[in-house]
Amino acid sequence: MGLMFIKREKFSTYVKLVIDECVLIGIDSLVIVTIISTFIGAVTCIQTAYNLVSPLIPDYIISLIVRDMTLLELAPTITALVFAGKVGSNIAGELGTMRITEQVDALEVMGINSASFLALPKILGSLITYPMLVIIAGFLSILGGYVAGTVTQVITPEEYIYGIRADFIEYNVTFALIKSFVFAFLIASISCYKGYYTEGGALEVGKASTVAVTNSCIAVLAADYLLAQLLL
Amino acid sequence: MIKISNIRKSFDDKEVLFGIDGVFKPGRTNLIIGTSGTGKSVLLKCMVGLVEPDEGVVLYDDRNFTEASRNVRRDIRREIGMLFQGAALFDSKNVEKNVMFPLDMLTNMPKDEKLDRVNFVLQRVGLENVNKKMPSELSGGMKKRVGIARAIVNNSKYLYCDEPNSGLDPKTAILIDHLIKEITYEFEITTIVVTHDMNSVMEIGDYIMYLYQGKKLWEGSNDEILDARVKELQDFVYANKLMQAVKDRRDEG
Repeated sequence: MGLMFIKREKFSTYVKLVIDECVLIGIDSLVIVTIISTFIGAVTCIQTAYNLVSPLIPDYIISLIVRDMTLLELAPTITALVFAGKVGSNIAGELGTMRITEQVDALEVMGINSASFLALPKILGSLITYPMLVIIAGFLSILGGYVAGTVTQVITPEEYIYGIRADFIEYNVTFALIKSFVFAFLIASISCYKGYYTEGGALEVGKASTVAVTNSCIAVLAADYLLAQLLL
Repeated sequence: MIKISNIRKSFDDKEVLFGIDGVFKPGRTNLIIGTSGTGKSVLLKCMVGLVEPDEGVVLYDDRNFTEASRNVRRDIRREIGMLFQGAALFDSKNVEKNVMFPLDMLTNMPKDEKLDRVNFVLQRVGLENVNKKMPSELSGGMKKRVGIARAIVNNSKYLYCDEPNSGLDPKTAILIDHLIKEITYEFEITTIVVTHDMNSVMEIGDYIMYLYQGKKLWEGSNDEILDARVKELQDFVYANKLMQAVKDRRDEG
């Protein structure tokens, strides 16, 4: 980690690299995040309605549950697992391939701090774009719940809107964003580490990608538990 | 000039280099030769700092690279160009951006000037109209040429080539050898080539260092190598039938 901050290149170099990474990491993840979060919201809505059979419980509770589950868990955590699968494996694979094809050595021989040049923009790109993805995922998940709930008539549009506004705790949004920063850092740094220190050949690059995803998912879930204990 | 003295390196308990000394002068092609697994590439990596030697010193024009601070090391490295075995071109950049990369990172040249320089070195290595091609679209020989162009684009004082002929057909291999030699003479570079290709040895070996099992057994030029009285070197030089035929002809007078 310390290697990244010793003798870095010009600031302007990093600005361009970070923007490139934001596009690669963030915008390229948009489609999968959109699909998954919309369907998760829709399924949560339908399954909550299926389980709430008591006539004593008002229907707006369905959208309240969709909202709280989305903000507290689904948007930051499930998206993180998807992010680890897509971006984590991509980062580890890219850096691993660069390592075994001597591209990392080429940077070092040129006098460029390869750890900083390769890993720092990816970590910063993740830190910038992942919280945005979480916000989008949260919005789409609630929207997915609205569409599924109203189309299948398990809840009326008015009740759904009422439910997502009822007893709203603003801190939950802050909590979701805190989680998103922590998860983004964990996924990007673990994947960079595993990719950067790959040794061997093509087989090891594949292994590095797999290990990066596995370790990132475990780290995300462990951090999820810790943050819930500490901040809620 | 690059000077190495008493370079030793071991991995775990296995000693790979046993105190290698040598002087590599500018304006001539210096070759480090030997069989596979004899420590050539490790020596080269020790010289450029990709592997830290256990003992010994590497001097670049009397500047101690081995014991230098990070800053000094970085300054020296910026005078080094290196052609890797697989060319090590950046997959995500086209030819032009690959060659321009050292200029982007290490200089403040205006864009037009950088482009002129890139076009000049690409022309110099015999590549034109390939600026926008990606590395995956190039042949092995073209990749090596782009690698050489990237290595010299920053007016490098020192050029390392790690097995520049590996994976190339004999004709392209000779072209690459000649290119390295021409560039060395033209720009007065200190060039070090690691190879086990006898064609390269005979074509461009102004100074040759022969390594055997981590030790320097012989040094000399390509004029002297055929008459060297070192058994291990003779076994290496005359390993293939072509060289054996040369030997037979020489013996016949």
